[in-house]
Amino acid sequence: MSRANFFAVVLLALLLGLWETGCWIFEVPVFILPPPSSILSTAVIKAPLILPHALTTGFEIVCGIGLALTVAIPLATGMFAWSWLEKALSPFLVASQAIPVFALAPLLVVWLGYGVASKILMASIIIFFPITVSLLEGFKGCDREFRVLFRLMGAGFWQTMRLLYWPWALPHFFSGLRVGVTVATIGAVIGEWVGAQRGLGYLMIQANARLKVDLVFAAILWLSVMGLLLWFGVGWLEKRSTRYKELRFQEKL
Amino acid sequence: MLSVCGLTKNFAQQLVFSGFDLEVKPNLIAVLLGPSGCGKSTFFDVLTGVVRADGGNIRWQGQEVGHLGGIAAYMHQKDLLLPWFSLVENSLLPARTAAEDLKAARSRVDTLFDRLGLGGYQDHYPHQVSGGMRQRCALVRTLMFDRDLVLLDEPLSALDSITRKSLQSLLLLLQSEFQRTLVMITHDVDEALLLADDLYLLSVCPMRIVERVRLGTDKPRRFDDPELLAMKNSIMKKLEADGDHVQG
Repeated sequence: MSRANFFAVVLLALLLGLWETGCWIFEVPVFILPPPSSILSTAVIKAPLILPHALTTGFEIVCGIGLALTVAIPLATGMFAWSWLEKALSPFLVASQAIPVFALAPLLVVWLGYGVASKILMASIIIFFPITVSLLEGFKGCDREFRVLFRLMGAGFWQTMRLLYWPWALPHFFSGLRVGVTVATIGAVIGEWVGAQRGLGYLMIQANARLKVDLVFAAILWLSVMGLLLWFGVGWLEKRSTRYKELRFQEKL
Repeated sequence: MLSVCGLTKNFAQQLVFSGFDLEVKPNLIAVLLGPSGCGKSTFFDVLTGVVRADGGNIRWQGQEVGHLGGIAAYMHQKDLLLPWFSLVENSLLPARTAAEDLKAARSRVDTLFDRLGLGGYQDHYPHQVSGGMRQRCALVRTLMFDRDLVLLDEPLSALDSITRKSLQSLLLLLQSEFQRTLVMITHDVDEALLLADDLYLLSVCPMRIVERVRLGTDKPRRFDDPELLAMKNSIMKKLEADGDHVQG
């Protein structure tokens, strides 16, 4: 175990230990702050109750990411291919970021109902912008000399896209996606808070109203684990598709 | 033969060059040498088709062409190998974009790899091999363009002396063994003198040829050659005099 890992584990154990003993010494009621041990046991024992909700939320997140990608990738590509399109659209994109997206949640529920659709849209609206922008920046960051090389080879735009721009932009794309997947979780949960019949956000609101704080925490724990899984999933994908990258950096050192 | 006739380009009503003529004989190294900002990069952009000329024409083998995309190969001081492709994939890029038969191209690449001492490294990635091997791989790619004309964009400036020397010899190989015509654009007097057969000194604003210098064919040249040093001094004087003229 490296020094950093060791330190992280010790820090985690210390925090949890403080929390646990604090609850025990000050006799904090479980409906205010349950100790970590009871949160963990609730998360495990109540798994049959939590799992269907977690699946719903997970489905919303994954679909949200998928929807955002199906819009963001063609849009970024189009804006890169035609600079007039970029000039025409970028004011709208920037303006759309000025709208507090969470404020849209109640409207989305009104328009799309209590089902998963409003949550999927919520999640995708939030992450669509960082993905589009990072991908576009990645395309534009391609060095001039490489463009000249492909131009002289006689390669067309789409061929250059496939062989040069897209692999070039991949690291940027993934850094945008990495930010996106964690934020998508928030989007889905907020959508569920506003109005839903299933999902971890819905479960949290219900449990909170009944002062089942341990269940609220258990739902948060499940959410965090899901967020982490997504984060690592993206990291794994990134590593697989940009394996050359780390070596390129090594070379620079 | 490449000939440029009456080429004109304005940028925001500022004349970069007007009526620019140039003729490059086959199998020679023509070097355009001028100070930074003299318009040679714009000239290069017009040649490669990045920007459009306002007037004049470019002819290749007597035929008028819009730009040299699809006609010339390209080399740069950076090897420009794509890190996500292996050496052989990088070398096959020109064949891929030209939709050539990849099997035939592959066997040509293999022959060139053996010839240039890269045999056995086909499936290595650029970061796994030395800088010299990457340069040679870039040369293989240039040859795989299968074009008689090669454009060089400041190929040697800003390189350390060892890398510079190895690339210099590769470029000379390109001319002597593979019979290519090289057109090079640079602001670096040293690299111009090391490689040029025909040296064109450029003036600033608008860019035009002030003088054409023919150098001997004995190569490779050495920096410490007294003749070369004398020539360097006279060229530096001319470039400085031209700069003063502009300022005055």
